[in-house]
Amino acid sequence: MMEKMIFGRFIPGDSVVHRMDPRAKILFVFLFIAIVFVANNAWGYAILLGFTLLVVFLSKIRLYFLINGLKPVFILLIFTFFLHLFFTREGDLLFSFGFIEVYEEGLRQGIFISIRFLVLVFITSVLTLTTSPISITDGIEVLLGPFKKIKLPVHELALMMSISLRFIPTLMDETGKILKAQMARGSDIGSGPMKERVKAVVPLLIPLFVSAFKRAEDLATAMEVRGYRGGEGRTRYRQLNWQLADTLSLVLLAGLTAALWYFRA
Amino acid sequence: MNSEILSFENVTFTYNAEDGPVRPAVADVSFSIQQGEWIALVGHNGSGKSTIAKLMNGLLFPNKGKVKVFGQEMSEETLWDIRSDLGMVFQNPDNQFVGATVQDDVAFALENNGVPHAVMVERVHEALSQVKMEDYKDHEPHHLSGGQKQRVAIAGALAMRPKLLILDEATSMLDPQGRMEVIETIRRLRESTGLTVISITHDLEEAALAERIIVMNLGQKNMEGTPAAVFSQGSKLTDMGLDLPFAMRMTHLLQEAGVGLQEEHMTEDKLVDELWKYYSKA
Repeated sequence: MMEKMIFGRFIPGDSVVHRMDPRAKILFVFLFIAIVFVANNAWGYAILLGFTLLVVFLSKIRLYFLINGLKPVFILLIFTFFLHLFFTREGDLLFSFGFIEVYEEGLRQGIFISIRFLVLVFITSVLTLTTSPISITDGIEVLLGPFKKIKLPVHELALMMSISLRFIPTLMDETGKILKAQMARGSDIGSGPMKERVKAVVPLLIPLFVSAFKRAEDLATAMEVRGYRGGEGRTRYRQLNWQLADTLSLVLLAGLTAALWYFRA
Repeated sequence: MNSEILSFENVTFTYNAEDGPVRPAVADVSFSIQQGEWIALVGHNGSGKSTIAKLMNGLLFPNKGKVKVFGQEMSEETLWDIRSDLGMVFQNPDNQFVGATVQDDVAFALENNGVPHAVMVERVHEALSQVKMEDYKDHEPHHLSGGQKQRVAIAGALAMRPKLLILDEATSMLDPQGRMEVIETIRRLRESTGLTVISITHDLEEAALAERIIVMNLGQKNMEGTPAAVFSQGSKLTDMGLDLPFAMRMTHLLQEAGVGLQEEHMTEDKLVDELWKYYSKA
């Protein structure tokens, strides 16, 4: 289950999209999210869908892999589709079956909303699938740079993010160890009524918290000894590199916006 | 060559305790370390050796006495200068890995000290090749063994080209193979660069490799001397809760059993050497 889930996962690769600057990709996704709402007729949604498939194609992620990995999202998608289908009561009545009545406008809305949802999920997945978490953090740090002026601790936020990301596998391992240790002492998390199961989680969480605090303290010491004094006067090892492809991607997005305006009803 | 790199002058430190006065963690300790030495600071739990480590890098300041590093007295003002020339490796391999990948972690101290990017790339490469971890530069920490993580931590310290490397129980959480890797790395570094190393440990096997040993007990300096001199005080060490190296224990047991060995042996090789000579004599 967890292995198949691709939401928020990074798959290393070597495509145009993989090589793009994280700043460009993040900007692209945010602008795209806004642009999606420009489309309001069949032409617009067709263009959006085509554009999204083009991006997926460029990222060299197999469509089958993407669809398979986003299965849980499709359940939500189908749910919203039927919600619109059954509850919009405008336009001509297409057919009725007992108490179920489907109107033309309902069908239209259902399809459009589903496409909108689908392209948003696809584009954001392409971002996380082609960009390592640490690059995303770097990109966010630079993009939020201007907010330093209003005293937003941008560097600290980015460092917190990257340290959290770095410790996820460590703490996962730790959880596994504690789980086994508690199971060896007769704790049973997998069965029993809900109330019992929730209670059984407590002896798992407490040791985890204790060790996380210990780790945090050690890490703070190690950072201090290695000369960490906050963001000021620091240089960066990982450099971001804005290239032609990054500018082109934003130009492409501008083209998309123009096309959507043109076909807008 | 023989210049002093670190010294403790009558240093006393007591932790603040909520429930009344406690015994000083470090009491009136003095010693001096010269450039290019390999020093082992040994002691049982509660001997004050970890406090000494913290006094060396300014995580703690002494209540009495002076700590001098590179000729400067440790104080709030000199602290960051001193730290940029002093590398330190801690006990837990996981809890000192800051970067997302090996090369990011090695670059961390360089970033903190505002080293320009071009120099950083060169230094990271150099440091990783010194600990033979170049092939792992894009690896994430959870894909490395404990020994490899400690080697990365050493590289992280070396990237700053320190004058002094302090290993604070750096091998105590490793399996025997990881421990060998780390000790071998230090030995090679010493040969190629003559780096001054202080290793704080309770493992006398590791201490035996040093040029000089300082033995701590109950916050006081108990003994100081070459490994041979210190280990000759066998029973004193075991009384303090320290384990003698295997070869030494073996030598003592053989002597008790009536095998007339001539010397004290700190390494297995030398013991074996004398044993087969002994056999051919007999």
